[in-house]
Formats: sequence, structure tokens, C-alpha cells
Amino acid sequence: MNFDLTEERQMLQDSLRRFLRDKYDTATRNKILESDTGFSSDIWNGLAELGVIGALFTEDQGGFGGVGFDIAVVFEELGRAGVVEPFLDTAVLGGGLIADLGNDDQKAHVEEIIGGTLQMAFAHGEPNSRYDLNRVSTTAKVDGDNIILNGRKAVVVNAENADMLVVSARESGDGGDEDGISLFLVPSNTKGVTLQGYALLAGGRAAEITLDDVSVPSSARLGEAGKAFKAIEARVAAANVAICAETLGAMETATRLTREYLMTRKQFGKPIGTFQALAHRMSDLLIEMEQARSAVIVAAGHLDAAYKSRESHVSAAKNLLGRAGRLVAEDSIQMHGGIAMTQEYELAHIAKRIIMSDHRFGDTDHHLERYIAIAAA
Amino acid sequence: MDLSYSDEEKAFRAEVRAFLEEKLPKEMSDKIRKGEELGKEGQERWHAILNKQGWLAPNWPKKFGGAEWDAVQRHIFEEEAAAAYAPRIVPFGLSMLAPVLQKFGSQEQNDYWLPRILSGEDWWCQGYSEPGAGSDLASLKTMAVREGDHYIVNGQKTWTTLGQHANMIFCLVRTDKDVKQQEGISFLLIDMDTPGVEVRPIILLDGTHEVNEVWFTDVKVPVENLVGEENKGWTYAKYLLTHERTNIAGVGFSQAGLTAVKRIARAEMSGGKPLMENPHFAARVARVEIDLMAMSTTNLRIVSKAASGAAPGVESSMLKVKGTIIRQEINDLARRAAGAYAMPFASEAIEGSNLALPDPLNAGPVAAQYFNNRKLSIFGGSNEIQRQIIAKTTMGGGA
Repeated sequence: MNFDLTEERQMLQDSLRRFLRDKYDTATRNKILESDTGFSSDIWNGLAELGVIGALFTEDQGGFGGVGFDIAVVFEELGRAGVVEPFLDTAVLGGGLIADLGNDDQKAHVEEIIGGTLQMAFAHGEPNSRYDLNRVSTTAKVDGDNIILNGRKAVVVNAENADMLVVSARESGDGGDEDGISLFLVPSNTKGVTLQGYALLAGGRAAEITLDDVSVPSSARLGEAGKAFKAIEARVAAANVAICAETLGAMETATRLTREYLMTRKQFGKPIGTFQALAHRMSDLLIEMEQARSAVIVAAGHLDAAYKSRESHVSAAKNLLGRAGRLVAEDSIQMHGGIAMTQEYELAHIAKRIIMSDHRFGDTDHHLERYIAIAAA
Repeated sequence: MDLSYSDEEKAFRAEVRAFLEEKLPKEMSDKIRKGEELGKEGQERWHAILNKQGWLAPNWPKKFGGAEWDAVQRHIFEEEAAAAYAPRIVPFGLSMLAPVLQKFGSQEQNDYWLPRILSGEDWWCQGYSEPGAGSDLASLKTMAVREGDHYIVNGQKTWTTLGQHANMIFCLVRTDKDVKQQEGISFLLIDMDTPGVEVRPIILLDGTHEVNEVWFTDVKVPVENLVGEENKGWTYAKYLLTHERTNIAGVGFSQAGLTAVKRIARAEMSGGKPLMENPHFAARVARVEIDLMAMSTTNLRIVSKAASGAAPGVESSMLKVKGTIIRQEINDLARRAAGAYAMPFASEAIEGSNLALPDPLNAGPVAAQYFNNRKLSIFGGSNEIQRQIIAKTTMGGGA
């Protein structure tokens, strides 16, 4: 066994960390958070030039990475800096689904994504689906050479910035049937697509999407009719590795800030880190950090494993990061006291990133249940 | 031992319920249910409604215009108010300053300030914490120097809740820096319109403007505004902190919060069924419900023993720790329950649209509330400070 990064990944980590340290400080990020788009094109383009998006795709797909460890390296650094730009949505989800399922024409978009010129969103979740990937009630009806989409998509991250949406819809079956779900590549300015956008608590924006008799050519379908579910599961697994790694990076920042604060903030005439009640809690956070790091490594290493192994390790990581993340976020705030409650202070944003990561693609409980179900299957 | 309510208590509950049904404006309870802010005018309006009924100051003795309810009555009111989504009272004048004035203030001070608190003429805020004096409150540095009939005040207070609405602030100031920290502190009432007082907003992590910094530059305060004796302020401050903890268990908040969690979880679907039917989630709710049942009884047991309505030192600390853990756990359950719909910054963002919204959104900004209420275990003496009080009291200096 060898737990070191390869030379290429080490270089990517170093350059990404340097770029974000220089260009993504708290003041810059707060400006982005307050902007109408919730997004910085400069940062996006700069990171695309650095090869960050290319690192999320395999060589076959036009990139130079694309396996679990590449995703983990990139997202850990994005998380460390509290980056809110939608690399997950555009690259891992939107771009990834095109790369996995698309025909040659559709795959041409991957090049634009890697180049940083195309924005994507994955319109999958619905008001009543919660975290169940199979609960798709948006419908797709064949109408001659066209397909007509009707339905409602919930909390679609990056929808307003997206040039194209990957929309899931049901061609057959009902309720929670895995069979019958298809994916469609829909330009977001297509007639009948209505967006109601809003800011997200932890940065970035999302939208509720209404699809009202949206007509797309049947060539917009990604892959085989009704057979997209397995591909969705696989991409969501990659997304969860990314989210876990991002959360790990954010946890590193939270614990670094807390440790520094404990060593410098004085009350009762001495640094508060000398009080055992706080020192022991800090030690617990550092222990949980190592647990989280291991869970991310294991999940990343099993992203290309057989189905059961992959899903089980990814759910294990999402469950553990949910628990450890909550502990780190809450205790970091608590040990800081009031200062951590203020928007200006870096930890506030970082804590929000950590906690809200539990709300994408399954929370701690969802993945615990999933872990049990996979083991029993 | 008798756990049932007496006939008088049952009649009191009916009276409270009828009052809330009749007098609580619907637009107000709607706002509270959605977790929205009432704003200054809304708060003042609710205070006026309660004042007209004689219920604005449940803890005050009747001779000062209070309701002088006992612990069970207050508990009943809390429960009913929470169930009806009634707003909370703003505590700074009513349940923090007033008990100090009643116990340590002069006749003139009581005659002048107490009626103004009830009528809403004054909005008070609290000047305790400073940037360098949080948990170690006694290390505060804001100076008040006596010059003839005035004190000249210089310094800075922070975390001043709703200071942007206030016209008056009660402050702990240092009047002697050559003695032991606790022995050089005085309790001063300061008019915020005095030249040299400046209020600067602090924006919290959920985007709200709730707390402020208050700066004092050569602020002239008449000596009549000193409460009690000079350099005895620490005693008054500690007395106030116990009163601040009168409702520190926050039973009503927790009950209302738990109701909201269940409402969200009945509307939110998981695996084709309401989330509330998911055994894992139901177990989380049940655990905190059991904790709350026991804690609300602990609260009643302790508070009904104390004539003042305030729990004594160590029990007060116990209630604060357990009460805030439960409230924060309920906030955590609410954000969990909402699923992906916990992510939007605020519910208003979506409520303005014409979209037919799913029920979970009507729960209000649950994640924002979760983050905002991380303050509960920090302010009013952090939970670490409370645990230290418990340890010191029960194990002596060795702890």
C-alpha cells in the first residue's frame, strides 16, 4: 500500500492551493456571495486554465484524470478555500453524465466544459423525491421526432448560470421504478423551461424549474431510452466523493482556524486553549479529522469498484463525513464563541459549507440506511 | 406529589388560550410560524396587547404593575403561547433590567423607568460583553470617570442584541481600575441619543442584523443614572444574569420547534412515504421529545421552588446547558427534515414566486435558524462557563 499522492496529483494540489490562497480570500469570496450571479467568471476561467476541470475527466473523455483520487484532490482544495463556484454541477454531474452516456455529437460539449466555456446543471431532484434517485415523476413522451417533457425539478444548483441542463424524466413505469428513467440534454433557453432562482445559504444559487410541454428533438436523449438509472447512480457516487472531499477540506480550515484561535484568544489571563475542557474537545476534532480523511480515501479508491463495493464505501464516507462534519462545524463555532457567528469571519462560511454538504445527494441518515440495505442485499 | 393541574390552573389555561385566540393577530402568528422577524413595530404592538391585558410582566410583583404569576402559571402561558405561535417578549427591559431596578434601584428610578418599560416608551438593550471580555466578563474595560454631576464614559460594547432599535442601554462600566476586577464595576443607564454613542451593525452568519457594536466616546451620563452603589455593579450583574436565565430552559421554544419538525416531516416525502414514518427519523424525534419532557419537568420542579421565579445558581446553569442542547438538537432535526429544501438562503426568496410550493418550504428558513441558534450555547454565559459553575459548586475549588 502507498498513501502518497502521485507526482501529477501532488503538482495539481500545490498549484490549486497556491491559486486559491492568492485569489480567493474571505473578502473576495464575500463579494462573490453577495453578487447577483453568486459566481466569479474570473475564478472559473482561472481554475479552468489551471486544468482543474480537465482533472475531473479521463483521458478518453478528453481530460487527464477522472478517477476517484483526482476528484478527491481537486475538491479537497476547493473545500479548503470555501469555493462556491459550481464545479460539481458543471463538471462532475453535467459533464460527467454527457461523457458517460453521450454519443459523439453530445460528447463534443465535454471539450467546452473542460475549456471553461460551458456551464451545466443536473435537474434531477423533485419536490417529493427527497434523496431517492429513483423517484422521478417528470414525464417524457415521444411525439414524432420530438420528446415532450413535463414536470417540476427542485433545488437545481447552478440552473441560472447553466447553458444546458441534464434533465431526468420518466418514459415508462412509475413511482420509484428504476427502469424507465431517461436523461435529456436541454438548452436552458428552450421554450417551456421556467426558472425561479434563489441564493443558497452556503453560497451559490439554485432554482426551481418548471418544465411545461418542453419539446426537444429525440437526439437530445443521453444514452438508451429508460435506461439511465445506473449511470445516474454512478455519477452521484462520484459527486458524493467530491462532496466528501470538499467537506474534508472545509473541516481542515475549520480546525486550523479553531486551533489558532485557542492559542491566541485570552480570557482569565491565559490562552483559552490551555483550559482542558476546550483542549480535549480540540483533540477530539483532530481525531475525527483523521477518520474523515480515511473515509474519503477509501471511498475515492472504490469509485471504480463493482457496484456493491462502490456504493457501500461511498455511503460509508457520506455518513461519516456528515457526523464528523457536524461535530467539527458546531464545536469550532462553540470554541470560538460569538466571533464565529459573524458573516465577516472566515469560519462562518466554512461551517455553512460543511453543514449544508449534508443536504446534497443524501444526508447522514439516508446513507446509513443505504449502507445497511446494500450490506443486506 | 400530584402531577395533575388544579381546577384553578385549568381555568387559567383556558383563559390564556381564549386570550391568544382573540387577541393574537393572525399576521403575527403567521410570521412566527414561518420563522420571520416581527421587526420593531411588530414587537411593540405585541407588547402593547399584552400590557393591556396586564400580562406583559409575568415575573414582576403586582405593586410594580406585574402579573406576579407563579411557576406553573408561567409554564402554562409558555406552552399556550408556543402552541399559538405567539411572539416572544423582548427581555432586556422587562426581565433583565427591571428585576435589578426593583431590587437595587432607588424609588425615583423605579417610579420613572418601570412604567416606561411597560408602556414601550423605552426600548432597552444590554451593554455587557466587550471584544476582550466575553466569558471573562469581569475583565471589561469600558471606563466611566466621575466629573461633577456626570460620568464620562469611553469604551466599546459588543453583541448588543437589537441595539439598533434601542434608545436606552444598561451597561457595566469600570469605575475603579486599581482594585480587584470585580470590585471596580458599576451599573449605569445610558441614553443612546447622547452625543458620542455610536451603534454599528454586526451581520451574523445567517445574514441577519440582530447584534451590534456600541461605541462610547466621551459620553456624558448624569450620576442619577447609576444604579445602586458605585463599584457594586458586579453583584447586580450576577443578579441580572440569574434573571436572564429565568426562561433559560426555553421550554416553549422547544415545544414550538418540535411541532414544526413534525409538520415538516409529515409533508416531506422519503421513499414514497412521509419522512415522519421513517423509523430512523422518528427515533431521532422521539429521543429529543423524551429529553424535552423530562427537562420541562425539571424546569417546573426547580422554578416552582424559587419565589423570585429565577432558578438558583447551579440549577439555573443545568437548565441552561440542557435547555440549549435540546433546542439546538431540534433546530438540527428541522434542517434534516427539510432535505434539499434546507439549502435556500431564505424562504422569502421562493415565496414571492407563483410556483406551487411543497409544504417543507413553509417551515421557514430552517437552516438559517439552525445556524443562528448556535448562539444559544454561547451567549448569556457559554455552556462551558455554566459547566464550570456546576463543577465549582458541587466539587469546590478543586474542579
